[in-house]
Amino acid sequence: MKNEKETSLDPISEEKFTSEVLIEIKNLKKSFGRLEVLKDISLKLHNGENLVVLGKSGSGKSVLIKCIVRLLNPDGGTINLLGENVSSIKGAALSKLRMKIGFLFQSGALYDSMTVKQNLEFPLVRIKRELKEEEINNKIKEVLENVGLADVLEKMPSELSGGMRKRISLARSIILDPVIMLYDEPTTGLDPVTSDEISELINTVQKKYKTSSIIITHDIACVRITADRIIMMHEGYIYAEGTLDEFEASDDPLIMSFFK
Amino acid sequence: MKKLKILNLKKAQSLATARSIKLSDDALEQKDRASGFFQEVGDMILFIKQIVKETFSRNFEFKEFLRQCYEIGNKSLPLIVITGTIMGLVLTIQSRPAMAKFGAVTMLPGMVAVSLIREIGPIITALICAGKIGSGMGAELGSMKVTEQIDAMEVSATNPIRYLVVTRVLAATLMLPILVLFADAFGFLGSWIGVNIKGDVSLVLYIFQAFGSITFLDFFPALIKTFLFGAVIGIVGCYKGFTAGRGTESVGKAANAAVVLSSLLIIIVDMIAVQITDMWL
Repeated sequence: MKNEKETSLDPISEEKFTSEVLIEIKNLKKSFGRLEVLKDISLKLHNGENLVVLGKSGSGKSVLIKCIVRLLNPDGGTINLLGENVSSIKGAALSKLRMKIGFLFQSGALYDSMTVKQNLEFPLVRIKRELKEEEINNKIKEVLENVGLADVLEKMPSELSGGMRKRISLARSIILDPVIMLYDEPTTGLDPVTSDEISELINTVQKKYKTSSIIITHDIACVRITADRIIMMHEGYIYAEGTLDEFEASDDPLIMSFFK
Repeated sequence: MKKLKILNLKKAQSLATARSIKLSDDALEQKDRASGFFQEVGDMILFIKQIVKETFSRNFEFKEFLRQCYEIGNKSLPLIVITGTIMGLVLTIQSRPAMAKFGAVTMLPGMVAVSLIREIGPIITALICAGKIGSGMGAELGSMKVTEQIDAMEVSATNPIRYLVVTRVLAATLMLPILVLFADAFGFLGSWIGVNIKGDVSLVLYIFQAFGSITFLDFFPALIKTFLFGAVIGIVGCYKGFTAGRGTESVGKAANAAVVLSSLLIIIVDMIAVQITDMWL
């Protein structure tokens, strides 16, 4: 039992991934004013796994991954990311750590004053300064092919559909060859077919780039496609943890409300 | 003495608790409101500190800086030219009757030149730019904040202060004096047109009379304060955009607050600059 609210599911299966822990969060707390969003969160992300964090809107899922990359500062607890305590580093060390993380934002967060090409080369030209123009172009071509898009280089984000924007945003996230991918509601606002395509793409990216991922979602179709392990958050605590089969077999009313 | 009868102790207790909770909430709200101003001042000082630090850091975003100079300078020029011309024209027409009373119409170019160079040119240009550039920065950065573009920049290990803020603040600081020079020049042109409505003065004679009244001490302090006006517009516009809240409503609020605060600060900076000039020169 992680805490008093956690339900008892069987121990997790770790066959598909190694025991190496890339992210370890212990007793994470975060409040906004008098509103406690994260009350006591502890979790681990293993090398090679897709960890889905499931929960209702407002349960603190997005706050959790924003704390991991220090977009938000936690009020308590520790976050160990690739062997570094995130709370204790800043400046260049934090930037160096962030280079190893890909973050897909819920809105896509494409720079709307730049073309697709400028969006993709933005992190590359600033971080991998040693790259020549040809190498940059090849990398852009590679990531675009991997997300299943081509011939959109000169388009502005406003000219793209929701699914295309998500793909471009994903391409930008993987362009620096991250070790860990954090997905913040990757299928929100998309139709079911495009949602499934994006979910499949998450698996493709995991295989091609050998990433480990935390996927924040409340889309059960996405969970079914991507999850190696699931954590359910509720009212700032971890409510349940287990595999997809264990969650689907659960008779807990809250879990059933998601999986029925 | 008659003993008080407590009818319902539990009810009284719960009412007292509810009242004390409400009172403590009200007290906290008032405290938050009072500390809000000082917190904003503190946040802005920290923001300026970050700007200064990133200005002198490696990997200056020169290309983006040039783009911002173009956006701020070139795109504000038509507005400044039109306003400058009208300012000079109106100032001349309005001053002429008063000058005529003293038989000093020939001093009109000199008086208009001193007014334009020392005060009207810089302050009007700065206020127009606070409206155009400051609101643009507040809205653009506010919208980037709301749509998580600034967060995206940060997690991709690119410093958003260096890319978005330093370039805009420096461009505003450098472009505003240039815009003021244009406003002054076209103000002279407007004034020459104004003088010629009821008189006949050649452009060469007008310029000779105007510049004959201006000294270096009229021009130099005015130029220095325009750099400060530019910096104020850039810093306030970027700060308000950067600290915008959530939702599209906050974009409008950020743009509005950028204009209001930068206009107010421009007038305060102008007052201080005039006092200093008056003391030392």
